[in-house]
Amino acid sequence: MDKNVDISLSVNGQEVSRRVPARTNLVDFVRYELELTGSHVGCEHGVCGACTIRVNGAIVRGCLMLAAQADGATVETIEGVSESSEISDLQAAFHERNALQCGFCTPGFLLTAQELLSQNPSPSRDEIREFISGNYCRCTGYQAIVDAIERVAGERRQAAE
Amino acid sequence: MKNVKPAPFAYVRAQTLDQVFDLLEQHGDDARILAGGQSLMATLNMRLSAPDVLIDINHIDGLSGIEESNGKIRIGALTRHNEVAASPIIAEQAPLIAKAMPHIAHQAIRNRGTFGGSIAFADPAAELPAVSRAVGAEFILQGRGGTRTVAANDFFLGLFETAREPNEILVAAEIPVIPANEKTAFNELARRHGDYAIIGLAAQGGVDGGAFSNMRLSFFGAGDRPIMAEAANTALEGKSYSDATVADAQAALDADLDPMDDLNGPPEMKMHLARVITARVLAELAR
Ligand SMILES: Cc1cc2nc3c(=O)[nH]c(=O)nc-3n(C[C@H](O)[C@H](O)[C@H](O)COP(=O)(O)OP(=O)(O)OC[C@H]3O[C@@H](n4cnc5c(N)ncnc54)[C@H](O)[C@@H]3O)c2cc1C
Ligand code: FES
Ligand code: FES
Repeated sequence: MDKNVDISLSVNGQEVSRRVPARTNLVDFVRYELELTGSHVGCEHGVCGACTIRVNGAIVRGCLMLAAQADGATVETIEGVSESSEISDLQAAFHERNALQCGFCTPGFLLTAQELLSQNPSPSRDEIREFISGNYCRCTGYQAIVDAIERVAGERRQAAE
Repeated sequence: MKNVKPAPFAYVRAQTLDQVFDLLEQHGDDARILAGGQSLMATLNMRLSAPDVLIDINHIDGLSGIEESNGKIRIGALTRHNEVAASPIIAEQAPLIAKAMPHIAHQAIRNRGTFGGSIAFADPAAELPAVSRAVGAEFILQGRGGTRTVAANDFFLGLFETAREPNEILVAAEIPVIPANEKTAFNELARRHGDYAIIGLAAQGGVDGGAFSNMRLSFFGAGDRPIMAEAANTALEGKSYSDATVADAQAALDADLDPMDDLNGPPEMKMHLARVITARVLAELAR
């Protein structure tokens, strides 16, 4: 049987078509085939969250989904949500609050935080911690990350009033 | 392309169950069903398994969704963990499942992982296999020749081993709506929220006028499969909640559980933790 597949999908608003080995996972596809290297690869078995990508509006592990499965899907990476300014407030808050040091985990945290705030505009600190529990950060100790997310939640609530 | 981890395989996006049966018959052990991929992809990335063909069932109609009729709730095998977690039917009619859901993995994994995948994979530390025993679930398996029903109590045969035949697909689970006299409790110990449990306990049964009846204490992370604590259940029959009742149930666990040494610690530690969560669960049931 053919071990390659033809796929067409939307990535950050652009239609792309490629022929890829069926075994290619989504995060390697965006990194190596599309040269979108903002999504990172850490553990490769679903534990760290560095590879977080949005597929059809929901965050997924880019290392646990095949590019072939994204045929026909709408995919957004950290590059896409940065350029659209969708998460510029989160990025500013992470920066100001020192919620990153090496930054390896940051794209995953930003996409995860954005999904949390879209579902729950006023999360408690415990709810924030629980929601980001699938993302590892080896540098910051999480405190500043929780602070930054909490602050943006407050800012967005104020702006909505 | 650089950086490919799994051994090469072919990928088929199945549109019908017949297509799945064809491929399972043609390829036997070398074919693997791909549901949420949240367990399978990890084993492929680590090359713990190397199938020739992956059969993606995510695009087959009718495998997903939650419905209630005639006192039974049907959960389609492809229903994502987050759909189950958000379902009002589950919250009201199968509260033990609702209590377990937040403990399963993390948001991004729950967006993809499926109810059926969790059952078919049969990880002994997973929540849903044990919960399905406590609620009295039945699983619907479909093969070329039709469907058959297997009770959760008969489904889990050993470590990652189930009563599903290699040419069958799990299509749904059916769960009885919780009877008016029954209560539920859930407790697990994990290193980090969302991680697989070190040990956990799901319980459902009657609490009539304060007395326990037909109680089902179902453990996970306590052996090679989900374990129904028959001796503890018997010890609880007709008893009211008290320190003595808790102590009797805890003592009965020696006959029920024979935990293995694993990365989390030795059997004695697991037995100790089993007694601790049993006390917590009984207190929750008595509340
Ligand atoms: C970091 C991490 C943490 C996790 N933590 C937990 C946890 O705490 N608790 C927990 O329960 N789970 C946990 N999981 C696993 C997660 O819940 C999986 O989604 C689930 O175990 C498998 O479901 P899936 O749909 O992803 O199945 P897949 O990975 O697609 O498949 C798993 C296996 O089941 C077979 N299969 C799947 N669906 C069917 C079907 N309908 N019929 C027949 N065979 C089928 C596949 O062939 C494969 O062998 C975790 C996963 C990760 C990556
Ligand atoms: S690289 Fe995907 S979760 Fe770690
Ligand atoms: S900032 Fe270094 S891993 Fe999070």
